[in-house]
Amino acid sequence: MRTLVPILTVIAAIVAIWYAAAIFMNAQWARDQAARAGTELSVSALVADTWSQDRPRLPAPHQVVAELWDTTVGKKITSKRSLVFHGWITLSATLLGFGIGTGLGILLAVGIVHNRAMDMSVMPWAIASQTIPILAIAPMIIVVLNSVGVQGLLPKAFISAYLSFFPVVVGMVKGLRSPDAMQLDLMRTYSASAGQVFWKLRLPASMPYLFTSLKIGVAASLVGAIVGELPTGAIRGLGARMLSGSYYGQTIQIWSALFAAAIVAAALVGIVGLIQRVTLKRMGMAR
Amino acid sequence: MTQAPVIEAKNLDLTFQTNDGPVHALKGVDLTIDKGDFVSFIGPSGCGKTTFLRVIAGLEQATGGQITVNGMSPDAARQARAYGYVFQAAGLYPWRTIAGNIKLPLEIMGFSRADQESRVKNVLELVDLAGFGKKFPWQLSGGMQQRASIARALAFNADILLMDEPFGALDEIVRDHLNEQLLALWARTEKTIGFVTHSIPEAVYLSTKIVVMSPRPGRITDVIDSPLPKERPLDIRDTPEFLEIAHRVREGLRAGHAYD
Repeated sequence: MRTLVPILTVIAAIVAIWYAAAIFMNAQWARDQAARAGTELSVSALVADTWSQDRPRLPAPHQVVAELWDTTVGKKITSKRSLVFHGWITLSATLLGFGIGTGLGILLAVGIVHNRAMDMSVMPWAIASQTIPILAIAPMIIVVLNSVGVQGLLPKAFISAYLSFFPVVVGMVKGLRSPDAMQLDLMRTYSASAGQVFWKLRLPASMPYLFTSLKIGVAASLVGAIVGELPTGAIRGLGARMLSGSYYGQTIQIWSALFAAAIVAAALVGIVGLIQRVTLKRMGMAR
Repeated sequence: MTQAPVIEAKNLDLTFQTNDGPVHALKGVDLTIDKGDFVSFIGPSGCGKTTFLRVIAGLEQATGGQITVNGMSPDAARQARAYGYVFQAAGLYPWRTIAGNIKLPLEIMGFSRADQESRVKNVLELVDLAGFGKKFPWQLSGGMQQRASIARALAFNADILLMDEPFGALDEIVRDHLNEQLLALWARTEKTIGFVTHSIPEAVYLSTKIVVMSPRPGRITDVIDSPLPKERPLDIRDTPEFLEIAHRVREGLRAGHAYD
């Protein structure tokens, strides 16, 4: 109860501001329509109109919820109008990209920690890669891959991996280096090999860092998959829904796709968090 | 005694090259440690007592002189599992149980599963932690964690136990208790123990041989062979013999160190 009341208060405030903003932003259109028809609008009629337009500048919350409900529960999931269908397209690219990005990130981190040349050479490139706007590089990745015959899921997954490998590299390097000098000395007193130090000390010690990175990485993966759908004129996926919505002025469609993406992202982060809790608990690292 | 010494250092030097010029961590150190000795190294910070222990363990390389451990170089001795090392902090892995932590060296050294289990059971009894094998480190007090780390060092049955201020971070009551237990453990296992400490009473209470060191350059100023009997109850610390040795240690520390 104690946590629920403040949360509900904040949500109520956001919804109230949203409704007020919808009146403000959509009023002009309502007045223009009334003027064209030669009628006067009462305040209540104006408000009612701003909350129920077909193509509002800012759709009211209930319109977005209704659209979300209609396009998830109301449509068959094989339908091109179903958000579940589009969500799955984006989600599959996200998960594949997340997998590639995580694997690549861990491999790079292992290399960086164990090889001085890699430490000096790879990290600056990894950082540079993240300073390039993804919107600029996404079309190039898709065009280049298309020219060598790679189409469909993979190009989007690569863009997704491009965004998600970085937090994993940074987190894993930090995690693999987290054992202090004393713990490394202890391993030396056992004459442990580099492999034994890695499997028995560095890797387990890096787990809390890895999961923190994975939470950032999985959200970045989803952004990458959506961005991968935008510049290519894709007709399937949450990104495609946003794009076609903006072509045809279907603001409600854009907003419902946005919310669908946010819900998917929250769910993904939540799942990673759950795996984190279970894993660390089984390792005895959570109290 | 006709037996060969366990640890023998002759004119040992160790100089660290730093940005501020060379630092003489050890200079002209001569010391012989026989089998079954309990040797304490005592001195102010920077006197090289920890460095000397690390040289014995092969964690640092001497830059001059000679040192042998069981008649071998420290590196070879380490590979022959000549010693167990106990650090200042317990350093138990939080993701392993107490038993899992004690198994760590055994896994690395390739002991069989069954052997691991029986060794863990043995050493847990030795340090009075029987029944705590399935606990995680955070469930144990600081003193118990340090005992677990001693068990870990004993697990592969090395003849030498090197301890670097193992009780430094514990309060005095726990420390007294662990000192008593350590003496009992030493009597039962007949190990050779090298023990670094800051505390004069601790050094005198535990040792058969007290090595007093002083800094800049790190060197040995006095080696005291304790006349105290092997059997030592805690109240031996109030006897004249005990106080006399403590006094000599204090004198040695004062002589080697200018308090300016």
